[in-house]
Amino acid sequence: MPEIDRSKCDGCGLCVEVCSCKVLVLVDNKVEVNEKVECRLCTRWCTMCEMVCPAGAIQCPFEIVTEE
Amino acid sequence: MAVKLAFLQSSAYFSGLGSDELDSIRKYIFEKEVARGEIVLFEGEPAKAVYIVVSGVVKVFKTSADGKEQIIYLARPGGSFNDVPVFDGGLSLASAEAMTQVVLYGMKKGDLETRLQGHPKLATNIIQVLSQRVEQMISLVEDLSFRRVTGRVAKILLENVADANGQRHRLTQQEMAAMAGTAREMIGRSLKLLEEEGKVRLERNRIVITDKEALREVAGVGM
Repeated sequence: MPEIDRSKCDGCGLCVEVCSCKVLVLVDNKVEVNEKVECRLCTRWCTMCEMVCPAGAIQCPFEIVTEE
Repeated sequence: MAVKLAFLQSSAYFSGLGSDELDSIRKYIFEKEVARGEIVLFEGEPAKAVYIVVSGVVKVFKTSADGKEQIIYLARPGGSFNDVPVFDGGLSLASAEAMTQVVLYGMKKGDLETRLQGHPKLATNIIQVLSQRVEQMISLVEDLSFRRVTGRVAKILLENVADANGQRHRLTQQEMAAMAGTAREMIGRSLKLLEEEGKVRLERNRIVITDKEALREVAGVGM
């Protein structure tokens, strides 16, 4: 799931609009991850929420591994 | 729907203009709503209007003959697109797609040119917007032509792979961009290229190195 830094979020809602999985919601003008919904519409992280966030409040970190 | 003065005053195009000036200008501004995923402009079409994003995000991009996409920039609220071809009288240089539900304010080429004559502050603002666009483009040209970004991304992946102790290194594309000294847009492109070449596989929250030796070669790291 995307990681949110609530202190940076200015509540603009661009991430909520761009998210095709509807994982992100605005609560009290801050973005939150709706744990009941899975980020599964995309076969891999689209990272659009991270990309559009003007405040740098969202992170989609990747783990880098070598194939077994 | 009425064009909002407060929004115009906060936008780069119209900031610093008085209420009377904006009042006389806003009747030439039209509003356009665009659904998510809809193409606002196609590259190569005659450029008829400048657009300012009121809400939502617009992706400005070019597509190569073989379908590869390069994002030029994202226009967020207050940002504009299609300005360069409107002023030089040419064709739209890039396509634009709504990444969300989008509301735009547009101004037709002829209307904008006429308004420029009577409002020097508008002209100064637009010069600033276009100057910033040139800076953005030069930076992108530098990335695309001089820097071997893919090689540096490959090196970053190799240097940050989870170690034998299971120590996990997690990196965002923004962090990779900062490490590679490039724009975030270039990271997505590089990762996609490495995946197409079979060197990595992108999963939801993992980048799996599938051909380490080939990746080392791209990175210019000794075998």
